[in-house]
Parts: sequence; structure tokens; C-alpha cells
Amino acid sequence: MWELIRVNKRNSVLLLGAMGTVLLILGFVLGMVFARGNPQAGWVGMFVAAIIWLVMMGVSLSAGDQILLASSKATPVTPDVHPMLFNVVEEMTIAANMPKMPKIYIINDPAPNAFATGRSPETASVAVTAGLLTKLNRDELQGVMAHEISHILHRDILFVTLAGVMLGSIVLISQVFLRGMFYSSLGSRRRYSSNREGGGQAQAIMMIVAILFAILAPIFAQLLYFALSRKREYLADAGAVRLTRYPEGLAGALEKIAGTDVNMESANKVTAPMYIANPFRGKKAMNLYSTHPPIKDRIRILRNMTHGAAFTDYEKSYEQVTKKKTVVPASALKPEEVAIRDASGESKSTQTARQQARQVGDLMRTVSQFAFVTCGCGLKMKIPPNYKHNKVQCPRCKKISDINASD
Amino acid sequence: MGILIGLLVPLGILVLIAVFVIGIYNTLVRLRNQVDNAWSQIDVQLKRRHDLIPNLVETAKGYMKHEQDTFTKITEARSRAMGAGNVADAAKAEGALTDALSKFMLVVENYPDLKANANFLSLQETLTSTENKISFARQGYNDQALFYNNKIQMFPSNVVAGMFSFTKRDFFEIENEAEREAPKVQF
Repeated sequence: MWELIRVNKRNSVLLLGAMGTVLLILGFVLGMVFARGNPQAGWVGMFVAAIIWLVMMGVSLSAGDQILLASSKATPVTPDVHPMLFNVVEEMTIAANMPKMPKIYIINDPAPNAFATGRSPETASVAVTAGLLTKLNRDELQGVMAHEISHILHRDILFVTLAGVMLGSIVLISQVFLRGMFYSSLGSRRRYSSNREGGGQAQAIMMIVAILFAILAPIFAQLLYFALSRKREYLADAGAVRLTRYPEGLAGALEKIAGTDVNMESANKVTAPMYIANPFRGKKAMNLYSTHPPIKDRIRILRNMTHGAAFTDYEKSYEQVTKKKTVVPASALKPEEVAIRDASGESKSTQTARQQARQVGDLMRTVSQFAFVTCGCGLKMKIPPNYKHNKVQCPRCKKISDINASD
Repeated sequence: MGILIGLLVPLGILVLIAVFVIGIYNTLVRLRNQVDNAWSQIDVQLKRRHDLIPNLVETAKGYMKHEQDTFTKITEARSRAMGAGNVADAAKAEGALTDALSKFMLVVENYPDLKANANFLSLQETLTSTENKISFARQGYNDQALFYNNKIQMFPSNVVAGMFSFTKRDFFEIENEAEREAPKVQF
């Protein structure tokens, strides 16, 4: 695992270096265009691009996880809201020898999904949707949390933050430029044509180059980012199996996640790579822009692991299923024997969709501090936190109940 | 001038070596502390299980009148584990406790009333989780010990380890075959 972390760090540095180069060249080219071909303005442009990137990075390193959690509408929860979730996260924290349990958040969303964020294992947070909690059994939830803990262990959370910011800066700069070009060219076409003949031509060529670059740079950066984030999903799956010693748990969870066709409301294109499975459905399953590997392949790889739960077993299974080579870096593949354990036996009774929907609702009301009062006639009343009175009347049998008594 | 360089170069090399050795030494100390910490985590979880049992027995007793035998086994194993003088005895008693608890969890299936008790359900989740935490703590210790042992045996850290007598750690292994199977708690 430590070898894997080292390789991951090296790959992250390489990727960030490549994206950084794109960012700086973009700044240079655009600066030159603004100053009509003066190379010194190119350096200024490069400087401005670097400043934009530094400011965005400063913000995202100091408060990025909070911004992400807030924009996903995630609520921090205490153990009594969902004891099993806390137990499972603690189990994985122990198995991974992590110094501290990550903070736990629940998102009010019926689509099953989860993500991890933060800068380091010490400051990490995990967020799960209410839909995930009601759909999965204990082993499956454990698999998902092990996947998220693996992202934290492999330092993927830091990588996603840094690469996301870099991508964001590149997109921002080229958008500003392209829009600026569009509007200014509408008003100032005459000025260009009145220039001297030769200079005008050179400028036009440079302008085209700059526009091309501004269009291509974000695409290039995105392709790099997505390619690496796909690979990290496989690696987190491998790590999860090694932690839980139970591939079927994660496989079952992914199957249930794949089986739902609801989009997540609070996810967007930038945060999509952070989730355990792509939060958007209905698009083409796999292309260069995919942030996640095809979920069916991930399930098949996991189900194909019958001999052991080590990284070498995952690698073997990956090669058999996808007919491709090396997903796990070679230096992390040391021979070890890791036996697969049996199912914990606890299986959730089959529930109807309606029961599950009701459970999601109750869970979210607990999170937002609703009080629950069960009336003598069997009706369960949900009291919002801003209800000021001590007593409540049952809408069915009209009996008055005490709110605090049954709280 | 020549004498100065002749003095400075060996001195520089010595300082470099010292910095290198200090770096490795600190890494080894950090790793050893992590192994110790992982080991103590096992004890933390075992103690948690001991604390949980009285409450569990108290809740279940009323519902399971015909299972006095199971309860006696659980309480006996617990007090033997808590009073064990050496590591071998403790390991044996903990093994017996794991066995007794997994039998108890099997028998629970025959008592639907008990399974409808909200208090018991939450205890059951806590027990499952504690059993899991014990086996994950052992697994985590072994992972950590493996990494530490590798570091001690590989060049160049093995030289530093030899100088300051860092010794290999034993892996946690379960002696009897029956306990090897035990961590699955059936519900």
C-alpha cells in the first residue's frame, strides 16, 4: 500500500506539472495576443495566469472540502443518527491504520452515492447519500466506505482537489479570453482592417493560434484529468477489497448503485470524479470524457476475484476481464497471501421501494433534527425543529400527545 | 587552501551521512510506534467487547430462558479473559469468548420476540461491529508489522536498524483452527 501511495504521488506530480505547463503556455499566448505580439506581455500573461491559479489553490486548500460539502448539501451527523454507518467507517479506519476517523456527512438525496474529500488523512471527510444508506446491507456499505477510505489513503482526495483547481483555472482563463474575443471582435472589426497590411496578417495568424489554443487547452487538461481519475477508481476498488477481504461487498453495492437511474441533484461536472460512481446517468457509458470506468467492468473484476484479496489478485482479475495490462503499479505488487473472508451473514430483509423511500425521509428528518412522536393510534408524527409548542394533536384520532415524552 | 578543501570535503561527507542516518532512524521510530499503536488497538477493541457483554446478557436473559448454558459460557469466558495473567491464556480465553458469542448469535434466530426489541437490535449491531473491529485491528496490526519488518530487513535501513537494535515484530496468528473460522458472526 505504501508503494502504491508513492507511485500515486509521483503520477500526481507529473500530471500537475503537465497541466501547469498548459496553464502557463496559455497565459503566455493570450498575453501576447492582447499586446499585439509583444513577447514581454507574454511573460505578464504567464504571471497573471500563475497568480489566478495560486489564489484558487489557496482557497481550495484552506476551505475546498467545506465548499464542496456545502455545495453538495451535506449535513454533518452524530453516531446516533445511523450507528451502523459510524461503526463501518470506524472498522475501516482501524483496518487501514488511519490516525483518525474521517468526519461523516449525509446528503439528502435518494440516489445512492458517496464521496471523500479533504487534504490529508487527518482532515478527511466522507459523505454518503441517504439513498445509499437505505439500499445497502452491512457488507455492501462496508465495501463502499472501504473504497472511500482507500481514496483517502492513496491521497486521491488531495490530487482531485489540486487537479480540479488547475483544470478550473485553465477553463476560467480560456473562457474569459474566448468571450472577450467574441464581444470585442463584434465592435472593433474596423480597427483591425485599418492596420498596416503585413502586421495585420501576422496578427490574424496569431489570433487564430490563440483561439485554437484557448479551445484545445481545457480539453487537453480534462482528458488528462479524467484518464488518471478513471485509473484511481480501479485502484480504490483494489484497496477496498484488500481492506475488507470481501470483494462481493463492494460488487453488490456497485450493482445496486448501477441499478438506479436517478441523477444526483447536488452533483456537477467538477465534483463528479469524486463520487464512487458517476452521479449522472443516461449518457453514453464510456468515452474519453468518462470520469469513471464502466461500472459493469468494475463489478466483473470484483466478482472474478476468487482466490484472494491482495493487490496481485485484483491485478490478475483486471487483466482477465478487461484484456488490458497493469492497473496496479508494479512496485506495489508484492507477493502476499490475503484470504477472502465469508459474508457476515446479515442480510437486509427485502423491502419495497416505498418502505425504502420512507426510510430515506425519516433518516433525513433525523439529520435535520425533527422530533418523532408516536401516537396511541399507531400514527408516527414528524415534528419539525421550528415547531414551538410542547404538545401536538394527532391528525387521525385527535388525541393530544406530549412531544418531549417520546423524544 | 588545499588543506582547507582536504578538511572540508570529508567533513561534508560525514555530515551528509549523519543527516541520512538520522532520517532513517526517525522513520524507523515512527514505524515502530505505529506498530505499537496498531497492537494496542486490538486491546482497545477486546476491552470494548468485555464492557458490552453484561449489558447484552442482561437484555437477552429475559427472553431466552432455555439458554442458560450459553450465557454461563459467555460470562465465564469473559471473566477468564479479563483475569488472564499472561498473553497465551488471554488469547485462549478470547478465542473461547468469540466462539461462545457466535453460538449465541445463532441461537438468537429462534427468538423472534428478542429480535423485535429495539434495544437488543442496537446491541446486536454493536456486537457485530466489535467483532469486526477486533479482526480488523488484528489485520491492521499484521499489515503494519509486515511493513516495519520489511523496512528493517531491507538495505539501507537494515544498517541503521542493526546499529540501534530495532527488532522484528511477530505477526498475530490465531492458534487453533476453530478460531480462525470464528469471525463470521451469523445473524
